[in-house]
Amino acid sequence: MNNRYYYLLLLFVSLAAPFVLPDYRTQLALLWVMVIFALTWDVMGGQMGYNSFGNILFFGVGMYACAVIQRDSGLSYFPALLLGIAAGGVIALLLALLIGNGLLGLRGHYFAIGTLGLGVAAGEIAGGWDYIGAGSGMTPPLFPTELTVRDTFFYYLFFIWALLTFFSLHWLYQGRFGLALNAIRDNEDKAEAMGLHTTRYKVAAWSVAALFLGVTGGAMGNLIGFIDPKEVAFAGSTYGVWMILMAIAGGKGTLWGPVIGAVVFHITQEIFWTLLLGWQRVALGALIIVIVLFFPQGIMGWVRQQFPRRIDSDQLTSDQLTSDQITSEQIASKQRIPDNPRQTHHQRKNKQSHPL
Amino acid sequence: MTENLLEVTSVNKSFGGVEANRDISLSVAQGSIVGLIGPNGSGKTTLFNSIVGYHPVDHGSIRFQHKEITRLLVPDIARLGMLRTFQQTRIYNGMSCLNNMRISMPCETKGLKSLFMSLSTKQTEKINEMLSFVGLYSKRHLLAGELSFGQQKLLEFAMALIADPKLLLLDEPTAGINPTLINGLIERLKIANQQLGITLLIIEHNMRVIMNLAEHIYCLAHGQILAQGTPEQIQTNPIVLDAYLGTS
Repeated sequence: MNNRYYYLLLLFVSLAAPFVLPDYRTQLALLWVMVIFALTWDVMGGQMGYNSFGNILFFGVGMYACAVIQRDSGLSYFPALLLGIAAGGVIALLLALLIGNGLLGLRGHYFAIGTLGLGVAAGEIAGGWDYIGAGSGMTPPLFPTELTVRDTFFYYLFFIWALLTFFSLHWLYQGRFGLALNAIRDNEDKAEAMGLHTTRYKVAAWSVAALFLGVTGGAMGNLIGFIDPKEVAFAGSTYGVWMILMAIAGGKGTLWGPVIGAVVFHITQEIFWTLLLGWQRVALGALIIVIVLFFPQGIMGWVRQQFPRRIDSDQLTSDQLTSDQITSEQIASKQRIPDNPRQTHHQRKNKQSHPL
Repeated sequence: MTENLLEVTSVNKSFGGVEANRDISLSVAQGSIVGLIGPNGSGKTTLFNSIVGYHPVDHGSIRFQHKEITRLLVPDIARLGMLRTFQQTRIYNGMSCLNNMRISMPCETKGLKSLFMSLSTKQTEKINEMLSFVGLYSKRHLLAGELSFGQQKLLEFAMALIADPKLLLLDEPTAGINPTLINGLIERLKIANQQLGITLLIIEHNMRVIMNLAEHIYCLAHGQILAQGTPEQIQTNPIVLDAYLGTS
């Protein structure tokens, strides 16, 4: 398979990146965070058609949970970090279960509006809660060795976590779970009428996103080194919006779309910062408009339009028959009771004319 | 004497001041094909919605296999083995026909694990068989939204069949389908009933179709059961004729 070589090449590039571009280690680590942002947003927003504006909540909660454990556990740096990251994921997941069961009774746009307040509310609460530093935020413990090692460490940490996210979602989308999410996206009433417990699937989907985001948040606090409630942890106007933009730009509802969207977005954004300082947000806005106007289906959607998928080989051989031919053959083979009395009865009646 | 699979007893349903269903009682015997006819707005679809739990009824009881289901929710009723199709065809537009079928397969396992299961080869074979049965095998990789209206109806029918229901409620299965395809559909409905053992309750405006299929017909008008009986009895019933054509 050709695909295997692509994967290997990508893997090699990703592993080598921090050594090829040592000055950009933090940025490269952030790149993987962006990939995770886009991938986890797409679980709900793309695959299930539920636009969530509140996913940043789980990121921030994971970040705070990790920092609190690092502060209070009394363990040395790495065990505390590991425990904190895990706790961040679990707490975010539990929170998604809790909020999801209430909020996911809402459908479509109502859910989107319902989530709008989540990140804002969380930012306000965190900003007023002394236990987690209130408005002055929290500072995770310092990384025990020098800065370059720290950046490399977090680069690989986020890389591995992004890989895990990608392949977990890949696995989930292939099974019944992914089909159910798509079914909910296409017609939730029908899905219910066919016996799917849609709310369960929706809550599960949100929890999956929350788990991966919570862990990311926990590690991210340590990479940035300072947790501000509104600018870092519950940064709705930056990370919160970006995760949506990246998924849409790359092509929502696909697995690779969010990944590509995140890479393109992060690189262009950094270029804008460097070359157009002062105007970077304007340039970013212009980019978004271009994407929405010319690539409404995202980059992946555009690629699919240009290069339609190849038709399966077996489809060409056996399926040259028209559907009507198959129909009559099937009926002939299925009807094993030609002299069924009821059928003759019906056939007789067939010839009658009806007054109605 | 065959058992009654579905029993509806004196069901009332009003929307504001409109009484959509008034004191409706009907029963569907195991293995039968029962028709439900009536002029537009006579409350047929409302009755369907009440039966499958889409909205609560104001009064009355609905029993399926002797089990009270009046207060159950839509997915729970569907899982008991009672499915419905919609008047405005509902399929999953953005998914391939194959995936439409795959998600309609009943779960083999229960609980949280069922969320993450994938399909066995045996199930895939069953899906292919069912798609051939409705004549959509050659279209199985197409997005369901790209099919013609008639084909979408057939797909919805196949999705209902693959879910292995005991009772299938069909809301105007032949509306908007061309006459040739209708004949094929009648055949398939009979096969589903006789060979797969699925009991059918059908709302239908096409009299040729319903008189051909049903053994017993209920006629609704103004939210009430106007008449019931065999197709012959219904066809010659002056009250039914009046309801459709109006008294002069």
